[in-house]
Amino acid sequence: MAEKLLTTDAELGAAGEAAHPAAGQPLLRIEGVAKTFGAFRAVDGVSLDIGAGEFFALLGPSGCGKTTLLRMLAGFEAPDEGRILLGGKDIAQALPHERPINMMFQNYALFPHLSVSDNIAFGLKRAGMARADIARRVAEMVALVNLEGLEKRKPDQLSGGQRQRVALARALARRPQLLLLDEPLAALDKKLRESTQGELMELQRRLGMTFIIVTHDQEEAMTMASRIGVMKAGKLAQVASPRELYEAPRSRWIAEFVGDINLFDGESKLRDGHRLIIGTRDAGSLVVAEPREPVGGGKLSVAIRPEKVKLSRRGPVGEAGRETAINLLDGVIADICYLGGTTTYKVKLDTGGMVQASVANSARLDVDAYSVNQHVVAWFAPDDCVLLTS
Amino acid sequence: MRKVSGLSRFNIASLTLGLAFLYLPILILVIYSFNASRLVTVWGGWSLRWYHEFFNDRAMIEAAWMSLKVALASATMATLFGTLAAVALSRGERFVGRTLFSGMLYAPLVMPEVITGLSLLLLFVALNAERGFWTVTIAHTTLTMCFVAVVVQSRLGSLDRSLEEAAMDLGCNPVRAFVAVTLPLIAPSIVAGWMLAFTLSLDDLVIASFTTGPGSATLPIRIYSEVRLGVKPEINAICTLVIGLIAVVIVVASLASKLSSEQGESAAPL
Repeated sequence: MAEKLLTTDAELGAAGEAAHPAAGQPLLRIEGVAKTFGAFRAVDGVSLDIGAGEFFALLGPSGCGKTTLLRMLAGFEAPDEGRILLGGKDIAQALPHERPINMMFQNYALFPHLSVSDNIAFGLKRAGMARADIARRVAEMVALVNLEGLEKRKPDQLSGGQRQRVALARALARRPQLLLLDEPLAALDKKLRESTQGELMELQRRLGMTFIIVTHDQEEAMTMASRIGVMKAGKLAQVASPRELYEAPRSRWIAEFVGDINLFDGESKLRDGHRLIIGTRDAGSLVVAEPREPVGGGKLSVAIRPEKVKLSRRGPVGEAGRETAINLLDGVIADICYLGGTTTYKVKLDTGGMVQASVANSARLDVDAYSVNQHVVAWFAPDDCVLLTS
Repeated sequence: MRKVSGLSRFNIASLTLGLAFLYLPILILVIYSFNASRLVTVWGGWSLRWYHEFFNDRAMIEAAWMSLKVALASATMATLFGTLAAVALSRGERFVGRTLFSGMLYAPLVMPEVITGLSLLLLFVALNAERGFWTVTIAHTTLTMCFVAVVVQSRLGSLDRSLEEAAMDLGCNPVRAFVAVTLPLIAPSIVAGWMLAFTLSLDDLVIASFTTGPGSATLPIRIYSEVRLGVKPEINAICTLVIGLIAVVIVVASLASKLSSEQGESAAPL
């Protein structure tokens, strides 16, 4: 059992590792880059490797420095410290027009006095491409982003989604080694955003280009990126695959930032073979698998995602249930939040704490649903818990 | 008028009175410029006599030509410097003394013209410069530059900085980015600034009378000195011509700015 736990954790890590760039030189290497505005350290010693063909997301709350880092890659800000190597060449101090990098701006920054095709052709004309080649490339780009028939329109005659496509086509037209996308979907409504996410991923795969996207939307980052760098206060808090980020967050802050999570502050720690028994104030003793890396001396918390918490009226059911259910918590339903695909129950534990359980609504009729004030047992397996230090 | 719904009698009355107050004097002036009588206040039938008189009045024609030259030259110079100042203020790096510079740039807006004129006169005298066309032109450039800067800076301020960044990202150096993207977008405000400077220079009396020299009187100076000896109907004719010129310039400018905003495609010198 304990053996099994360890391998699961290791597999998780291996999956994250597999998403890393292949051996050899990375396309982009950021080395100890820092940028200070006045007394504010916007980017504070960031080091990161990004391989060719990756779809990388910089994720973080507003003001965490992700946009500043992106602007340093584009050349609009010069780093105060550190190096930015693109294909082995330091470009940290190069001007924007000297870099084989293009950017798609958050507000698209389309030239209002130019038509769609002139916007797309802008960078090609600057590159000194022949007129016939420009026309061919523009037509190719227009087809790529499905804007046929709109070539002669001005940006203010386009819808938000069409403008977004023009901006993308304009940034891709020069075939940059690296495409930077600054909150590219923030201005679109939800449905359009979801379909555009898919199109961006498809496009990135087809062109085999390296994309770096900046976003504050963790779902967007998880959906699109092969690897995510979470930034907090100018530093990279964790760089991992979406799955590793969600299932094995490195700190309490990341666990809370990415998705929903139940956290129980630990007060004592006991070793029991390959497991740890954590005494918590709110949920009594909880059994968790021993983490791969030794736990530091800081304050411990036990974290469990709501969808991994199971509910039943009388405790675990079935063969598997009895085997894995070591953490059993009695309580009453305090709140019910119906979300369509899932329902989130808030359970007030007899020990004083609260636990959220997210249950898939797999049947149309609610014969199995719980009601407020109903007594339930919330339970979860030790290998679904993550031990975090704050 | 009745077709325009939502206009009460009060609206119509105040509109009529307001327009009459603004334009009746000008209308009377225009009508009386076609007066055949020698007396300004007595109507003596229609005639183009005073226009004929004006075109034979060499001194007046010279003054008008002088005014036109000064207005063209000073408006062009003011537009150049005013635009550069506006760009420096809203686009350049934050330099030491920026606030002082912007304050000093806008000082002529509120400075009494008498003071500007007198100080320029003292400067020209001290420099021992021969007063005439160039001194008036320089004085008018000083006066009108700040108006151009205000107009252009307000447009620059409303322009998204990321447009220039996008141009740089797509391969322009900073100067190219300005010429290819910013300049076409602020062109209407530059034209408007030039027009403003042109008309300000054309009707300025105070500064011109301080800074001009013998033999190079501008039209307002000439008219003013004539009027002191009694208003001749010829003055009405000149004023009508000036009004006509300004009206044409304004119509052309507004058409141009409308065109440039509708299809400014060719405006980008790529």
